[in-house]
Order: sequence, then C-alpha cells, then structure tokens
Amino acid sequence: MSPSPSTGVELHSIAFTLNGDHRTLNIPPWVTLLDLLRDELDLTGTKKGCDHGQCGACTVLRDGKRINACLTLAVMCDGAELTTVEGLATGDELHPMQRAFIKHDAFQCGYCTPGQICSAVGLAREGRANNRDDIKELMSGNLCRCGAYTNIIAAVEEALPHSGGELGQGGAQS
Amino acid sequence: MNTFNAAVGQPLDRVDGVAKVTGKARYAGEYPEDGLLFGSVVSSTIAKGRVLDIDTREALNVPGVVLILDHRNRPRLSSYDDDYSDADSAEGSAFRPLYNDRVLYSGQPLALVVAQTLEMARYAGSLLRIRYEEEPHQTDLDAALDHAHKAPAETPKPRGDFARHFADSATQVDVTYTTPVEHHNPMEPHASTVLYKPDGSLEIHDKTQGTQNCQDYLHKIFDLPKDKIRILAAFVGGAFGSGLRPQYQLPLAVMAALALKRSVRVTLTRQQMFTFGYRPRTSQRLRLGADANGRLMAIGHDAIGQTSRFEDFTEHLVEWSGMLYRCNNVALNYQLVPLDVYTPLDMRAPGAASGVIALEGALDELACAAGIDPLQLRRVNFADSNGNEGKPYSSKALLACYDQGAERFGWSHRNPVPRSMRQGRELIGWGVAGGVWEAMQMKASAKARIDAAGKLTVSSATTDIGTGTYTVMTQIAADAAGVMPQDVTFILGDSSLPTAPLQGGSFTVSSVGSAVRQACLILRTQVLEALRRLHPEVADVPVEQIGFGDGFVHAGDQRFAIAEVVAHCEGGALEVQVDAEPSTKRSGFATATHSAVFVEVRVDEDLGTIKVSRVVSAVAAGRVINPKTAQNQLMGGVVWGLGMALQEDTLSDHTLGRFMNHSLAEYHIPVHADIGDIDAFFVEEEDDIVNDLGSKGVGEIGIVGVAAAVSNAVFHATGKRVRDFPVTLDKLLQ
Repeated sequence: MSPSPSTGVELHSIAFTLNGDHRTLNIPPWVTLLDLLRDELDLTGTKKGCDHGQCGACTVLRDGKRINACLTLAVMCDGAELTTVEGLATGDELHPMQRAFIKHDAFQCGYCTPGQICSAVGLAREGRANNRDDIKELMSGNLCRCGAYTNIIAAVEEALPHSGGELGQGGAQS
Repeated sequence: MNTFNAAVGQPLDRVDGVAKVTGKARYAGEYPEDGLLFGSVVSSTIAKGRVLDIDTREALNVPGVVLILDHRNRPRLSSYDDDYSDADSAEGSAFRPLYNDRVLYSGQPLALVVAQTLEMARYAGSLLRIRYEEEPHQTDLDAALDHAHKAPAETPKPRGDFARHFADSATQVDVTYTTPVEHHNPMEPHASTVLYKPDGSLEIHDKTQGTQNCQDYLHKIFDLPKDKIRILAAFVGGAFGSGLRPQYQLPLAVMAALALKRSVRVTLTRQQMFTFGYRPRTSQRLRLGADANGRLMAIGHDAIGQTSRFEDFTEHLVEWSGMLYRCNNVALNYQLVPLDVYTPLDMRAPGAASGVIALEGALDELACAAGIDPLQLRRVNFADSNGNEGKPYSSKALLACYDQGAERFGWSHRNPVPRSMRQGRELIGWGVAGGVWEAMQMKASAKARIDAAGKLTVSSATTDIGTGTYTVMTQIAADAAGVMPQDVTFILGDSSLPTAPLQGGSFTVSSVGSAVRQACLILRTQVLEALRRLHPEVADVPVEQIGFGDGFVHAGDQRFAIAEVVAHCEGGALEVQVDAEPSTKRSGFATATHSAVFVEVRVDEDLGTIKVSRVVSAVAAGRVINPKTAQNQLMGGVVWGLGMALQEDTLSDHTLGRFMNHSLAEYHIPVHADIGDIDAFFVEEEDDIVNDLGSKGVGEIGIVGVAAAVSNAVFHATGKRVRDFPVTLDKLLQ
C-alpha cells in the first residue's frame, strides 16, 4: 500500500475516510491530495487541469466542503472524510447532480465535469446560492473550456435543492 | 408502410454521459500500470540560440530518477524532414523534439527527466543546469511587418477591378483590425501514457484528434513498424485543434519507453500548454466600398499572420471576405512574418474566427458610414453563390438566420444612434455579425457488425473530443441498420480501427457519419438477403413494403427480429466494412454553414467594464443529428467567441521572447459569471448535396462572428471603435 518508491524519504502515516472506505497510508510529505488520488489510489475521476488552484478540475469534498485537491497536501487530510466524484453515486444509482448533468448535457469533453459536480454538491451544502446569478458567481472557480456553462448552470439549478444531503454514502462504502 | 422510431434528430442523452459524470472515463494520462515511470519536461528559457551544456549530475542523484534524456543521448530519430510531417503539417520543416542543440523558441523541450514518481521527476528537472549561447531573437509581429512574405496558400485570385471600384464607391471604409495570439488550453493538458509490451510493441494512450496521424508519425520518426504502435484515445479532454498534430509529449514519452524498455507517462504542465501551437496574431486591413444603397462594390482584405522560422503556417483567413457576400471586385492578400516562435496551429474555426472579425467589423463601420442598418446591409449583399469559386451554394439559409435571429433578439427595437440606449450608468449596445464555415467531407471508413443478439457494433478510428461523436454515430448507425440506439455500441479512438480523418474542421459527422451510414445500410441489405434465404416467401414482398426499424425487418404484414435472422447466418454475425468517399454531388457546389449573431452588451460608463448580457445565435448547418449535443456545440462556440472578444490574449515579453501569462489565472477565459443568456438555435436547412446525411457539421460555426458582434455592440453602446482585439476596458477608456 505504501505509495512511495525506495527514495529514502521519511514517510508520514495518515488515515482518512475516502468515499466511505477507511484508508491508512504512508506517504511522502510533499504529495498533494490530487496526485495521491490519481497516481497512487487510481481514482482518476479527480482531474488535474492546472495544478495551481486556477481551474477547479480537481475539486473534491473534504468534510463536506469543496476544496482544490491540487492545493491540498495529502498529509493535511489526516482524519478527514473525503468524497470524490467516484463516491457520489450509490451503487448504480447516480447522485441527483450527476443525473442532472446528463439530462442537461452539462459537459462536452467531460474533463472539468467531476470538479463541476463536486463543486456544485459542495455549493448545495453551503446553502448560500439563492438564484441563478448566485450559482454562476459561486461556481466561477470551475472553468469549462468547452463552454458548456449554460447547461451546467441549468443542471446545478435543478439539482441544487436535492444535493445538500449526507455525503460519504457512496457506492464505495461496501 | 411502417413508421419507425428515428434516432437521428432526437435529443438523445450522451451515450458516454454516465462514464463522464462518475469519473470512470479515462483520459490519456490516467492509465495505470505497475512500475509506470513519470516524465517531466524541462523547457528552454531562451528564445533563440544553442545549448552549450546540460549538467545533469545533481538531477541524476535525486532518488528515484532513472533517466535524463536530451539531444545527446536520445534514441535514434529520422534525419528526413518528410518523416516529421503529419496530416495537419504546415509547409516547411516540422519541429524535431530533442533533435539537436538548436533552440528555436522559448519553451522548447530540451530534456525529459524520468523518475519513479512525478514529484521526483519534476524536482530533478529543476536541478538541471543548462548553459546557452544566446542569439538575438524577434518575436514581435508588429515590429517585423516589413519582413512579410506571400503566404504559401491558395488564396482566391483577384476578380474584377478592386482598386477602381473602391475609389469610385459612394461609401468607403479602410480600417485595420488586429487579433492576438490565443492558446487552445483544453482543460486536459496534453499527455501520453506509453505502455511498453513484452514483445516490444507500444500501446499508447494519447491526447489526440487523430490516432492514425500519431501512429504514422511515430512509425516514421522512430522507424518502428506500424503494427508495433497502437494509439488509443477513448476520451479526449478537449482539444479545439491542439490535438491535430502529434505534440511533443508523445515522442518524448516514446523515447523514454524505448530507451528504458519500460512504460512511461509524460503529462505537460499548464505552463507547457503554452509551448506549442496557438492561434496566430494577425493584422488585417479591410477596405470596403459600397454604392448609395449599400451594395458592396469592392472588397479588399489584406492580412498578415505570424509564423515560425521553420514552418509557414497558413489558415483560411481572407477567403471569407470573397464568399460571404455578393461582390464582383475582390482582392484578397495573405502574407506571413516568420518569428522566433513555435509554429501556429489550427484553433477552433482557424482563420474564420479571426478573419471574420475584420470583415464583420468593417461591415459594421460601413453600415454606420452609409447610414444603413447593419442587418439590412447584410441582407442587401446576400450571395447565393460563392464568388471565390463561382459555384452556387448547395444551401444557404442565412436569410432565415437573419430573420429568426432578429425576431428572437428584438432587433427592430434598436435605436441606431450610438450611446442612445442606456439603463442607469450602463450603456447598452446591440450588435450583429454574420458567420461562415466550410462544410467539408473527407474520405473515411467504418466497420459495422451485428450479432445474434441483435447488438450492433460500429467502429472507426475517429475520436470524440467532446463533440458527441460517440452519441451521434450511435444514432446514425441505429437508423441506418434499423435497430434501437440502445442496441448500438460505437467504438472509436483506436488506430487499429478503420481509417478516419483527423477530427477537425467540423467534418466528422459528414465524413465518418457517412461511412457509418453506408456500412449499416449494406448490413441491412445483407440482413434482408439472409431473411429471404430463411423465409423464401419474403422474396415476394415488394421492396417498397420492406422496412427496417426498432430491431425488426418489416415485410408487408410480417415482421422478423433482426437478431433471429442474424442467428441463422454463418458464424452468427454479419459484418461490413466500407470506405466512403465524399459525395459526388458536391462537385458543382460550394458548401458552407452560416450564422447570424446578435449581441447585447452593457458597458459601465465610468469604468469601461463590458458585460455581454444576451447572445442570440441563429445557425444554418443542414440537418441536425442530435439537437442536444449540437446546440451544446453552438453555445460552446459562442462562449469561445466571447473569450475572443473580451478576454483571450497571450501576451509576450518581446525582450525575453516569451509568453508571460502562461497560466489559467492570467490567460483569461470566460467563467460561469461571464455568461449571460445564450440563445443558440438552428434554422431549418435542407441539403441533399452536401452528403447523404444532409448534415454540415457544427463544431466551428458557433464561434465565427461572435467576437465581431460583441465589438460592434460595444461601439453601439459607447461610440468608440476598438479594432485591437480583445476589447478590454483599458482600450475603451483610452
């Protein structure tokens, strides 16, 4: 399970809940949550678009709050409850936000999509988006180069009221 | 006659939708393998010169580093120019990665550090000590306009007498527009995962718009047998042209894999996404002359674009000025200025997106000068044939775009006087522009196979860069074979599949879609033959009483499940492969998509901030295969147009010869909050000439004309004409 090669670097032991599963890992201190997810845990649903916190493609939920995984060192997540796009559905049953994205064709290439969806689920839990303009403003950290913004906002607007519930009940729980 | 559920024309949800919303869709840099190595590219910090030395000692001591490749120790590469050319090459000598000590541009890859982890590779790369011998460089187009040479493009010959008619025109405009360097910046950075197989063959997941283009390229530059190279691209996280040519991460990753006989992944950083192709900066002089009624008497379009020292990149920049409107006196000129930069690259609606800015901006200026409504000016000059080619359009429902777009926008309520419409401190402006893009068709092949369960599998080497290829091909195949869409699987993104052209130019539906349709129609005839063998009485049913649909052959009053017919065939399956050629009906016609774009802007009178509150885009693109995905393409194009109008601008420090804003924080693209109401829709347009599907393609047309419409609206709001794009508040306040 140790993600580090034999580099002679002191590894740090961390434990967190990831998509409902309890995980214990030994990792170098400089590994970002994003690289840990993608390169070590093969959870590539979380995307790397800029690695600088400028595009939002890596948005995940930590203790229910949306964060940029690229700006988060993995060691900062000790004890946290993490949800990635892979953990939103319950078995084959999609999360309401995922269903709304398909219905409204709220993507094209799909690369920003996991970040948009996690961001929107995080937004729903914040409870501060009261109208379409709020949603636009509060989703502006998630870039979509395909320009599917109109459809994304339509999807988020529709699913927002149904997306503020408990997290970490995803399909990975089993 | 039975009627069946047609899949084409239905707003089917994307067939790859679940994969994309659950994170299961894997992109090029996301294929795992035990022991996979990570490569990190080290880029040049000078714009021109020579590498004297690369000191790798310190970097090689970093734990986990297994190899540092540069021009001195790379695997053998071809020494012939031709071998580096590809299906989207520009004229000249294509860039050769890690070939020798020459530095041709800032950001050029000079070394690849390969390590057990990405972090170690990146850190070790920072420890390389590179000594250069610098040479003077020139990266500034505006400072080098005197060095322009004629572009090696087949620009339409002049017609009529431009000079005389321009001089004689009642109304004239003579204006110069400039457009900036822009970068594609797909959300997914370019990446290649090269999986080294035990037999020495390479299975490569690459971010590309042409799997076979990349296979050919690697075959030629490394002298590897084609059957040892398989390029896969199941999902592509946007490209917009950036994947039309093999980009350097691909040969670099292959070099490392060959040198180490191990699997290697190379992913570019966002900063490195600014170290290859881009939309070139242009300077365009437009001269328009009109008579008292606004009829165009003379059109002159003289454009200068930038290119590299090693290739002459050309795009269709000026052609549009000779084909969108009726005019008998036209002179189109196109020149290039070589600079110490990388070669430009086709970027969404290459040439049209920038060329039409100048044309449609100048036309708005002509309307103002002549005192004619800008929409009316365009109506007056409607052309039903392409003056460049002297051929009639196969269809051109542009007048319907004008009518329906104006109606939805409320254009008739426009006060023509600039600065006449305001709300509080906001100046309101309404602008219009036209758009045009070619409707091309290329050769393409497809294979269709139906099995005893009635499941249809159709395949072609094409890609789906987010355009909806998986979905629309599924719909086309379902109707042509007479099965339900849920019984169709379309496979793409694999160089071993039947030949497909690059995915670009809005010709995938036209080209691959036609091949898919033909293959499935032949499959249908084979099913019918098999049915007649099984049930000889069907041979007596008149052909007009035979129909296919919903998974059944309908023959008179009877129907037979296709699955059962196939089950009785030898091997329990039927398979067809076709090579489709462009429709022969096209030869006597010009084929193009068209649009009319209406824009409302709100400009803060004091601050100069510009907000696009409304866009109506009316598009004529023939038959729409999937209204949901097609409209999404149009809206995406509009968003690109808004970025082009107001934000996108790759800025150079010419002293360093380097792009400065190479990040998504500083290279601005539209975000959610920038987007107002976008009403993008298709007008009816029937076309049985363009191809058998009657569908013209929708990837590019959405962007064309948008930036000009925005800028025209800004003029209407403020009375200030900004001809240097993007239109930013500093230019407005000057």
